[in-house]
Amino acid sequence: MNNLLVFPLLIPLCTAILLLFFKNQVRLQRWISAIGMLLQITVSCLLAFQVRAEGVQVLHMGGWIPPYGIVFVADMLAVLLVLTASLVSAFCLFYSFGTIGKERERYYFYPFFQFILVGINGSFLTGDLFNLFVCFEVMLISSYALIVLGGTRRQLRETLKYILINILSSTLFVAAVAYLYGVVGTLNMADLSVKIAEAGQSGILHVIALLFMIVFSLKAGLFLFFWLPGSYGAPPAAVTALFAALLTKVGIYALLRTFTLIFHTDLAITESWIKWMAIATMLLGAFGAVAYQDIRRIMNYNVVISVGFIALGLAVSSKASLDGAVFYLLHDMLGKALLFILGGLIIQASGTDGLQHMGGLIKRYPLMGWLFLLATLAIAGIPPFSGFTGKLLLLQGGLQKGEYVLTAVALASSLIVLYSLIRIFMAAFWGEEKRELDQMPLLSNKLLLPAVGLSVLVIGMGLGSEAVYGWVSVAGDTLLHPATYIDAVLKE
Amino acid sequence: MELYMSLTIGVLFAVGVYLILSKSLLRIILGTSLLTHGVHLLLLTMSRLKTGSAPLLGEEAAAYVDPLPQALILTSIVISFGVTSFFFVLAYKAYQKLGTDDMEQLRGKDDE
Repeated sequence: MNNLLVFPLLIPLCTAILLLFFKNQVRLQRWISAIGMLLQITVSCLLAFQVRAEGVQVLHMGGWIPPYGIVFVADMLAVLLVLTASLVSAFCLFYSFGTIGKERERYYFYPFFQFILVGINGSFLTGDLFNLFVCFEVMLISSYALIVLGGTRRQLRETLKYILINILSSTLFVAAVAYLYGVVGTLNMADLSVKIAEAGQSGILHVIALLFMIVFSLKAGLFLFFWLPGSYGAPPAAVTALFAALLTKVGIYALLRTFTLIFHTDLAITESWIKWMAIATMLLGAFGAVAYQDIRRIMNYNVVISVGFIALGLAVSSKASLDGAVFYLLHDMLGKALLFILGGLIIQASGTDGLQHMGGLIKRYPLMGWLFLLATLAIAGIPPFSGFTGKLLLLQGGLQKGEYVLTAVALASSLIVLYSLIRIFMAAFWGEEKRELDQMPLLSNKLLLPAVGLSVLVIGMGLGSEAVYGWVSVAGDTLLHPATYIDAVLKE
Repeated sequence: MELYMSLTIGVLFAVGVYLILSKSLLRIILGTSLLTHGVHLLLLTMSRLKTGSAPLLGEEAAAYVDPLPQALILTSIVISFGVTSFFFVLAYKAYQKLGTDDMEQLRGKDDE
């Protein structure tokens, strides 16, 4: 029992409720949400150190012993994700201070921001499938609000589709939960794992596993990503950065959890499905990233590619590849937030998102240019930065298991990532200054601070790979040997 | 009893899917709502139907119904209620601003 586990939910929840009372005091709202974020980071750091020192932490809500009550479980993977999510969202919050605009701030932007964190942290920490659904919904409902807040024509149009897709996938989620409950009679993840291992994975359980795969793939944008490029292009950059960094990752986390913990006995069918879906995701994402001329779409397709890349780790699921998947997941959260923040600044500075209308920004904003180059290199996985280690582990895992096609596609897609982002860099920062640029207001350097902070983290994670790997390796071990997780939850 | 429930669930799913595939936004929302009702009934049926029994009267009771699915359905109903009302408001707002509720016309490239 460890009561600290509930704080990553409780802090943003209380902050959000407090924020609701200060509708018109925008300054005060900023201070309160910043303090909330700092508290959250502190608590998740504490949790991470506890998990490192004492192993998996469990909280039985209300003292009900599993499989009956609600459990919260913090293993290394969940804790690392919570910590990274709090860091990333803190930077997105600081970025939104300068860019989101008075109107949105007054209409409850900050409370929704905190509510979405409640859902995200809850999804990472819960040890129960139905609670996963509830936390998903908390996260999704706040994301509907954030994506449509401001109500431009484009936002309204894209939100309609986004909501529809998510309602459908939530419905399928409940149906899958219903079937699973009918077959196994429990929803606690650890208990499910034990009971499914005892019963053997029969035909009906395969169907349920595939149903879960469809649901989580829809949320993660693994192969079923058709809704993603449009809806992520609609809201302002601060919101898109948050979504790109966190929302799809929650789906990936659910996939990792389901197929390493719950349905881990017989992986032959699901693994081959995930493998082909990962290949298709990387290829289609790469086509999209090359095909478009506007920054937002190129960046959105980069999100898709990285989802495929992380799914590679799950498809191979050896020690090296699972470590790689976790490492790359953490790196990608930081990297994508950095990329989208800078992308938003480029659009703001040049007043357009079409590559053909940009040029010559480097003279006005040298720091922004070099940060963007750094982000590009980091995401493509060039050695001193954080992407390299994760990528190396993933590819190593793929080659060890003899998955040559998968590894080749992954390598090729990395090249496309590099190409598509360098193309943005060249078009936006090189060349002649466009005449319209003179009419654009000069951005203050203060807006770059969150990007600088994230870059420091990205470089730090790259240079300190050895230390980070020590933590990631623990997470990989828990994924590979679910017995640690199960023992911690059930035997107490 | 299970047979009737399965038929009901099947009909709800069929009607729901049919409505979701139509063009008008209002029909789509009704479709999602029917679909969630179908899923709730599915959840209820999956925990074995015992007509007339109350959930958990104590361990000596002759027959009792598993209370967990009922709690789950309650949660799910609340969530779907919230989402549906949000969807309705959004649809109304979108109709006011975009001037159409036809999904075909809402496809749109990045014209803004």
